[in-house]
Amino acid sequence: MTVEKKHESGTKKGDVILYALSTCQWCRKTKDLLNELGIDYYYVDVDLVIGDGQKELTEEIKKFNPAVSFPTMVINERDSIVGFDEDKIREKFE
Amino acid sequence: MGVRQINEKDIDLYFNKINKDAISSGYDLNPDISFTKSLIRGILVNIERYGYDACPCRLASGNKKEDIDIICPCDYRDIDLDQYGACYCALYVDEEIKSGKKKVLPIPDRRSNRDKEKIDNKNKIGNIDLKYPIWRCKVCGYLCARDNPPAVCPVCKAKKDRFEILLNK
Repeated sequence: MTVEKKHESGTKKGDVILYALSTCQWCRKTKDLLNELGIDYYYVDVDLVIGDGQKELTEEIKKFNPAVSFPTMVINERDSIVGFDEDKIREKFE
Repeated sequence: MGVRQINEKDIDLYFNKINKDAISSGYDLNPDISFTKSLIRGILVNIERYGYDACPCRLASGNKKEDIDIICPCDYRDIDLDQYGACYCALYVDEEIKSGKKKVLPIPDRRSNRDKEKIDNKNKIGNIDLKYPIWRCKVCGYLCARDNPPAVCPVCKAKKDRFEILLNK
């Protein structure tokens, strides 16, 4: 079973997945920036997922960010940006 | 999840309390009030959800014992303030960030090294002959020699369960 991620439609710049927490302000800023840039992305608030789904998501994150910290953004199942790194995010998508 | 709605009054109450504690013990809250209040909203959600003030920017387990290091103020606040000028979520900031001279940058989560640090600590601490054990506040480093830690750290106001034995008697 794969936990369903929410879709924000926009300009496709690759497969972008954002792992976030609903309580985290840096995750909020990351979502706001992606929305401002009009990027197409999927996101999931990991703290709102209960039970096995949460474990599954942390395993997914671990592959790209062993510390499992938030936000973690994964691009094309290859690159990742950890934390609200505004310059890096802008550089990646602008 | 059925979490009670957090209202502005709850946020203001919590803000006033931690702001008072911060000022009296030499810390500063982030001067960006709307950002700070959003962080507090996250902490209050965590109190409702888990029963303790878990860091809003970390994934809590729901097990207080397991998460004792990320109960705000977390065990990593002071060391992150020293190195980055802010704690992990940036609720607490140093003078330079407070005055706008420096910006908050992303901080790597030290928590992922905690198991390693525990082992390192063990190797450094031996048993010596003492009349009282030495307790250390894991939040601010305050030390005291007494049979049990104080109910509340006199320096940073962390609760008793945030103390560790540094030296056994």
